[in-house]
Amino acid sequence: MDEKTFEPKIVAFCCHYCAYASADLAGSMRLQYPPNVRIIRTPCTGRLEVEYYMKAFENGADGVLVAGCLEGGCHFIEGNLIAKKRVKGIQKIMEECGLEKERLQMINNSAAMAKNLVDAIHVMIYVVKQLGPSPVNKKIGIGH
Amino acid sequence: MIVAQRKSISDIHNIIKKHENILVLGCGTCVTVCLAGGEREVSIISSALRIASKKSGDKVKISELTIERQCDNVFIETAAEEIKKNDAVVSLGCGAGVQAIAERYPNKPVYAGLDTAFLGILESRGVWTEKCAQCGECLLSDFGGICPVTRCAKHMLNGPCGGSREERCEIKADQPCAWQLIYKRLKEIGEVDKIKKIHVPKDWGKSLNGGSRIIIREDHRI
Repeated sequence: MDEKTFEPKIVAFCCHYCAYASADLAGSMRLQYPPNVRIIRTPCTGRLEVEYYMKAFENGADGVLVAGCLEGGCHFIEGNLIAKKRVKGIQKIMEECGLEKERLQMINNSAAMAKNLVDAIHVMIYVVKQLGPSPVNKKIGIGH
Repeated sequence: MIVAQRKSISDIHNIIKKHENILVLGCGTCVTVCLAGGEREVSIISSALRIASKKSGDKVKISELTIERQCDNVFIETAAEEIKKNDAVVSLGCGAGVQAIAERYPNKPVYAGLDTAFLGILESRGVWTEKCAQCGECLLSDFGGICPVTRCAKHMLNGPCGGSREERCEIKADQPCAWQLIYKRLKEIGEVDKIKKIHVPKDWGKSLNGGSRIIIREDHRI
């Protein structure tokens, strides 16, 4: 697949209490989003250890989207705030190993914000398309 | 405990890229507690190194292993097989761990993946502070348990220097004046008289002067 037809592979870690429910709602509302995104449900974004993000990139994800609850609305009180700090730390590691930090983004989304989630997925795909395939996985994308 | 920090991934990658098979070796003791070289950090650093290698087109294969302690022969032996299988080792142990591995495997390049920083404690989540300079002659009993050698920016044994402002150090304004802390502590424990004691110049010969130090306990030798 050449870079013009590049369809990025995005891993979206979605919190069970908000973003995952909003993805469900997006389906009920017939809001479409591109198939580039692979949603992985997580009990809380604070549960996501650094290794999870690194493994996603190591195994060829072109981008990783983390969707947690609105700040102040975490089911586990501060899991999304922990994730926010962790994401910043991982972006630093990514830059050190030659990955653009924009490949990892975090959003805050309530269970009712289906449109917001869909928009964020579109933005993420646009950003990653601009960046091109992950240097880890240049020859492999969707369809390979 | 010994507190260390990870070297940058690009620095480690530059060191290892000439090899084909690398073992990233973690240590389960001090550096695990300070979140620099334990099992999780081994996984994170290995992933980052694989990404960096793939990006630059190197064919480095990275294995991971964490042993209980890198500064102890009994535990180093448990890594023997993995070390032999690989061309070089990136040790995520402290300086002692790196050297212990290097000494046991004279023909194997051993690289440091961490910068060993100091002997300290976990102050709060994510904050470590230096508490001991390992000067070789502990004077903590005279100073209410607060070490001026480590915590006073001027290492003064007969303080305070007079430059502190609002209980803060004049050299490092973000840190408390060690002598202020010593005074308060001695007062609290009813030993404030100790502050009047004049300390003669310390014997720095017991510190790092004259090469590395050694302790031999004949009663424990076989």
